[in-house]
Amino acid sequence: MTVLTFTAVVAIVSFVAGLLGSLTGLGGGVVLVPLLTLLFHVDIRYAIGASLVSVIATSSGAAAAYVKEGFSNIRIGMFLEIATTFGALLGAFLATRIPTSALAIIFGAVLLYSAYLSRKPRPLDQRNLPPDALATRLRMNGSFPDLAGPRSYNVQHVPTGFGLMFGAGALSGLLGIGSGAVKVLAMDQAMRIPFKVSTTTSNFMIGVTAAASAGVYLGRGYVDPGLAMPVMLGVLAGSLFGTRILVKAETKSLRLVFSVVILVLGLQMLYKGFWGKI
Amino acid sequence: MPSTDAPAPQPHPQEPQSQSWDDRRIEVILGNLLRSGVLLSAAVVLSGACVYLSRHAHEAADYRIFRGEPSEFRTIPGVIHSVLNGRGRGLIQLGLLLLIATPIARVAFSIVGFAIERDRMYVVFTLIVLAILLYSLLGSGLGV
Repeated sequence: MTVLTFTAVVAIVSFVAGLLGSLTGLGGGVVLVPLLTLLFHVDIRYAIGASLVSVIATSSGAAAAYVKEGFSNIRIGMFLEIATTFGALLGAFLATRIPTSALAIIFGAVLLYSAYLSRKPRPLDQRNLPPDALATRLRMNGSFPDLAGPRSYNVQHVPTGFGLMFGAGALSGLLGIGSGAVKVLAMDQAMRIPFKVSTTTSNFMIGVTAAASAGVYLGRGYVDPGLAMPVMLGVLAGSLFGTRILVKAETKSLRLVFSVVILVLGLQMLYKGFWGKI
Repeated sequence: MPSTDAPAPQPHPQEPQSQSWDDRRIEVILGNLLRSGVLLSAAVVLSGACVYLSRHAHEAADYRIFRGEPSEFRTIPGVIHSVLNGRGRGLIQLGLLLLIATPIARVAFSIVGFAIERDRMYVVFTLIVLAILLYSLLGSGLGV
């Protein structure tokens, strides 16, 4: 393949990944690395470097739109970023020492888990939870505009959430993904943050987390300009387009299709990882 | 009861800290900062792409074997040097460096926001995050 064809095809695939990722809320980064390695036979380390860069672009690009809605909580975000950035540094450090077949296996497992999570209905927001002492001290409780006016919430289980966020950061640094699935686990399930607040706050954190490991990847020579260019531009354009048409799109069937794609890619990554073909 | 679903025309008196007017204003500024940073970096990457593709379009693309980037594409002085030499891929890496710098700038500006609100605890938290980010950027070989 010539550079021109390669750039064009990778840009189109990245555009579709970014579009589907933002329409389904599952993130495009999680399918990029498997697509680049399985379809284009890109070395997984180059693929992770390019994906990580695109994760920053999507997160920062969408931030302005999310901020307007007024759901995100910058205190929860900043406190948890201590955990995610520290984890991301560790993940990026480990990535340079782990064999590529092990990276593929971990990636496969994360994909299977994401596919499972995307089919599971979200637990209903629990309302009227009592204030937690630590969360109150950390000034995390807040309110957000709901249909019936402002609705306040009390954050729960801060240490568990913090620990899980460290894990999310480590996976992000190790695999070059946004780790949305683990963040959902930490913020929705453990900390009981309402869905709207947790999604927007998580988006706000993903860029900072990815920036912590991107520096390490770039410095180690894992970010190739010829590959990262079409991936970053494609994913950014796709996700911006996605947020624009989100209101009109029918996302239920899209979510099903996308989670089947994630499942198939996960199985492929596991297979290739176990047989040492990556 | 701090939690209620009843319509409330006034902000909750129990929650003066979070989601206050100042918080909102800071968030809007930061959100716009992030978007401008991304658009600027995308423009730089795109212009680098034009130079790169105009010169190398018909070469073979092969990323099967990992070689690692040369120092001109993985250190800040190297990237600046290759941009000054008019290299397209140097320009792409400069755009990517700007992209990485955008969330870091957001964290730095948050310190100012928390300082205006006299929230010392969150100034400290934000400083910790900024220190980790700067360490990753400068301590990993990018600076040299």
